Amino acid sequence: MKFGVVVFPGSNCDHDAYHVVSKHVGQPVDFIWHQETDLSGFDAVIVPGGFSYGDYLRAGALARFSPVMKAIKQFAADGKFVFGICNGFQILCEAGLLPGALMRNAGLHFICKHVNLRLENQNTPFTTGVDPAKVLSIPIAHAEGNYTCDDATFNSLEENGQIVFRYCDENGEVTDAANPNGARSNIAGICNLDRNVLGMMPHPERACEEMLGSNDGRDIFRSLTSAIAHIQA
Amino acid sequence: MKAKVYVTLKPSVLDPQGKAIHHSVESLGFKNIGDIRQGKYFEIALDGDLTESAAKESAERIAKDVLANPVIEDYRVEITS
Repeated sequence: MKFGVVVFPGSNCDHDAYHVVSKHVGQPVDFIWHQETDLSGFDAVIVPGGFSYGDYLRAGALARFSPVMKAIKQFAADGKFVFGICNGFQILCEAGLLPGALMRNAGLHFICKHVNLRLENQNTPFTTGVDPAKVLSIPIAHAEGNYTCDDATFNSLEENGQIVFRYCDENGEVTDAANPNGARSNIAGICNLDRNVLGMMPHPERACEEMLGSNDGRDIFRSLTSAIAHIQA
Repeated sequence: MKAKVYVTLKPSVLDPQGKAIHHSVESLGFKNIGDIRQGKYFEIALDGDLTESAAKESAERIAKDVLANPVIEDYRVEITS
């Protein structure tokens, strides 16, 4: 099994993701430079957070044109796992691998804090090992996390169980007050129809060690590892 | 030949930046402002002897594929010599 972490100019959570996969998941992992076009040998690719291309034009808009993105589209079409975190989520939306778009936070501020998340669908390769009864504490760090989509897209996301995480309060209730950025229906993370592509604004790779305040993110990476192991068995 | 591209948020999409600008403008004393929405403006210099329709076609494609995100934005292209 091998993980890859994509590195764009301006990525800054690439080393965190690498650290978590190598240390807390205990699997081989390599960085993938954005000019790379060959993803053979990888089972899962993480598109990490940061400010790819300085967020010029729109967050994630220019990264979409990197050579590696064409390979990632094929990788996803082949049923391999793609996990976009924060800027990675924005890039996957811009690239059309996930529906919708991430706009400027409703309150305009860059927000960096732990938020509460509720798991909405345990039946994805990224969440089988996440306890649905538990309120997850995972940090966000973004200015453009305000998820938006049209009504038809929203309805199909709901019907197909593609809404994976929602912002909630400490009791697991999805409320307006618990919505940090104005995201439609408190959406924090979604997957594609085939459930092999996940994008989320919160940073599970920053929540894998008690000393950092939470290790609730580990279960997501471990679920993904189990899913790959299951396929390979 | 020059292409001017205007990218604006779709009317159905909320614009928190436009709203903040609106508040600032009101604090200057302007009370009769209904709404302010923020957009982006691009000038593209097109080389060669393009016909106006070919220039427009190129600019439209650039606007659609790169400059605007069709999920949330509309665009308008003008060609000037």
